[in-house]
Amino acid sequence: MIWQLDIIILSMVIICGIAAISIKDLLGAAIMFGAYSFMMCLLWSVMGAVDVAFTEASVGAGVSTVFFVAAVFRTTRRTRD
Amino acid sequence: MKALGLVAAFCLGGLLFYISFDFPGWGDAKSPASKHVSPYYIEHTMEDTSVPNIVTAVLADYRGYDTLFETAVIFSAGLACFFLLRIPEHKAPAARFYRHLATGITFRIEKGGRLPDDTKEFERIDSVWVPYDVIINMTCRLVVPFIQLFALYVIAHGHHSPGGGFQGGVIFGAAIILFAISNNLRRTLKQMSEQTSALLGSLGVIIYAGTGMLCVLLGAGFLNYGALKSFFGVDPVAARSHSILMVEIGVGIAVTAVMVWIYYNLSSTGKQDEGL
Repeated sequence: MIWQLDIIILSMVIICGIAAISIKDLLGAAIMFGAYSFMMCLLWSVMGAVDVAFTEASVGAGVSTVFFVAAVFRTTRRTRD
Repeated sequence: MKALGLVAAFCLGGLLFYISFDFPGWGDAKSPASKHVSPYYIEHTMEDTSVPNIVTAVLADYRGYDTLFETAVIFSAGLACFFLLRIPEHKAPAARFYRHLATGITFRIEKGGRLPDDTKEFERIDSVWVPYDVIINMTCRLVVPFIQLFALYVIAHGHHSPGGGFQGGVIFGAAIILFAISNNLRRTLKQMSEQTSALLGSLGVIIYAGTGMLCVLLGAGFLNYGALKSFFGVDPVAARSHSILMVEIGVGIAVTAVMVWIYYNLSSTGKQDEGL
């Protein structure tokens, strides 16, 4: 594990996580959540858990983002809080 | 209320952070898991199951119960979405939109108006405006078969490389969802109806549980794949390898169907009339 890479990815995970809950636009939050999942996928693969990384990439960054976007498309893009 | 939530989140986060110091270090060879559990799998997986990818062997064979119930959980997630969102009978929409295929002109037909009967010339489009783009349409149509082929490869090659039923199933479902997004929901429902996806979802779980029951009928424990040697006509080790593939196929079918089913209900708010 390269520690520089690890720190960059970890800080990206935290940035994406905070952005996903603080952003007002729900579509943007869905995309940020996808980016968060992708960063987690990179983290898993850096740690050598390739199977988990594959699952995270396909489920977390792929299909769940599509579900979020579909739900946002059918409800509203703005949060009340 | 917001401040209270923030305090609770920080407290729980601090607690988790504090507890994480007790965890063994990454790749620590002296941690209990690496001392007793992992060496057994690393040394015995090949002679027990002849599967080079240890993760697949652990997932589908040694910890077969977990994966069976994971598949059941995914199926019940699809079922929950169905019961929460599905509206079986609903009023017809106020206006329908049709596109004349040759000219690209869009028609708006009010409720009670005469709908075009020759579907070769007119195509129904969604009332929420979805731009018609021939490039997106054709590109997605060309890409979808290759994604599906890759998904089948991921399922079938799970013995040797990362992948397996869950990942392959999700990719296969994503290919169908891509088709639904780039074309429209009604055309996708013609290819794979809601009944099909619900039946396939339960079929996948049944394949998995049925493999386990077959082991019981052949005189071994539930999901003890060695008993299937007479079913496959090979030695017990190869029988385990074959059974893992069978189980992965079951998982793949279930996950594919449930992903598509959830998308159908989610993107059309349960009406399954006009999609994303």
